[in-house]
Amino acid sequence: MKRVLVQKLGLADMLEIKCPYCGERSQNEFSYGGDATIKRPELNSEISDLEWDSFVYYRNNPRGKHLELWHHTSGCRRWFKVHRNTATHEIIKTLEIQEELHD
Amino acid sequence: MKKYSIFSLIKNAFNGHKNWDVAWRDPEPKKEYDAIIIGGGGHGLATAYHLAKDYGIKNIAILEKGWIGGGNIGRNTTILRSNYMHDANNLFYDHGMQMWKDLSQELNYNVMYSPRGILNLAHSDAQINSFSRRGNSMRLNGIDASLLGREEVRKMIPFADFSDNARFPIFGGLLQPIGGTARHDAVAWGYARAADDLGVDIIQHCEVNSFDIENGKVSGVQTSRGNIKTKKVGLCVAGSTSILAEKLNMTLPIEAHVLQACVSEPVKPMLDGVVTFGAGHFYCSQSDKGEMVMGGDLDGYNSYAQRGNLPTIQHVLTEGVALFPNLSRLKILRTWGGIMDMSMDGSPIIDKTHIDGVYLNCGWCYGGFKATPVSGLTFAHTIATNEPHELSIPFKLDRFHTGHLLDEKGLGTKTWIS
Repeated sequence: MKRVLVQKLGLADMLEIKCPYCGERSQNEFSYGGDATIKRPELNSEISDLEWDSFVYYRNNPRGKHLELWHHTSGCRRWFKVHRNTATHEIIKTLEIQEELHD
Repeated sequence: MKKYSIFSLIKNAFNGHKNWDVAWRDPEPKKEYDAIIIGGGGHGLATAYHLAKDYGIKNIAILEKGWIGGGNIGRNTTILRSNYMHDANNLFYDHGMQMWKDLSQELNYNVMYSPRGILNLAHSDAQINSFSRRGNSMRLNGIDASLLGREEVRKMIPFADFSDNARFPIFGGLLQPIGGTARHDAVAWGYARAADDLGVDIIQHCEVNSFDIENGKVSGVQTSRGNIKTKKVGLCVAGSTSILAEKLNMTLPIEAHVLQACVSEPVKPMLDGVVTFGAGHFYCSQSDKGEMVMGGDLDGYNSYAQRGNLPTIQHVLTEGVALFPNLSRLKILRTWGGIMDMSMDGSPIIDKTHIDGVYLNCGWCYGGFKATPVSGLTFAHTIATNEPHELSIPFKLDRFHTGHLLDEKGLGTKTWIS
């Protein structure tokens, strides 16, 4: 009831994140790891300065769906992916680290 | 514009304050402007003001999606300072500090500039050493700074936790005496009124949907209130920068993060100036109404929501209570959030773009308010002359390519922990 009310009124509530290994826990147990779609350029291949710049510094920074890394710091201490809406804070899905997002 | 003065106040008092002019017009957008500034926040308004005043461009529009002053200029904690370490930041922000001194007179609008000092507390020997280095860097750039010992700090803030039980004992602090606060809304309103007086059209509730680009040159913008032609467009949209950049096929070294602030119920004067906690991220000042104005960490994940959630507020206020135990007796009156354009080195970007006639002002992280005047000045220069202002050369976008970063805190690209 409380949560429905909080969501309806758009009030500040904490994130509840479903760790793929431990289940749903409160935000306090996790730390953030940034955009999960960034790929480090392949080793032992020609890497242009621009490719390296965009890997290190440039981000799509979308308003809306964002695939990101989280770490269950105060739990299993494993990294995983969260598909989350940056405009509403709604968590759409959580994935294991090696899983790809299909949608 | 009728000048505000003691005489106009008295004159209007006699007829019940019924005959004041509107502070700025509410014009319909024209078909064409010489320059368009997107974003009617502090930086956008200041940029338009300087374009009109210093560079003789009179046919200017400010396009604002919401209402002027509704974004980060109305959501910050009003702090003014130039206590940086890198020369580029010191020189840039201190030029801004000099502009604040005369801003009320220049704009004929009281921005309630109040240089009461900003005190950064140190809680270890190492931090004292680091502050000593930063203070020296400031003084070498001609900015006054003093390193205070524990007893000098105690005289300034006797109600801080100086007991043996303090989790992070206060070792001393770095004081910038000229630091302080200004009334954030008044800054927006003052610039709006002064810009309007110079002929700038402030067009509110006008969202830019796309840009007209021909042969690598901008020729206009398409807005929710029609198409407008122009040859120069300046972006001053803070947290929304990446959204507009996407429409220009640009990716930027920026992430959007929500930063919250809060105020307590008003109390009698207890805190003069601004104090920052050095063992975490908490800063505090007292408004003229008596509210304790407090802020701290980002919420710590990408967000465009303009609101955060309670764990961060709790964390920040825990630090506040560790510093000032008497804060624990106050009630929080309200909290709010704003979207920060966090750049990858923590410093702003003021530059041209790959599109002729499109200019970029962004990446202010959570430090944009104090830079409002100097950002307007330097960005107006960039737009008018197509060259960077002397002060803003180090803030060009290509530093992320050449490696000349301005990473004041040395945190790297994890914007959410800064």
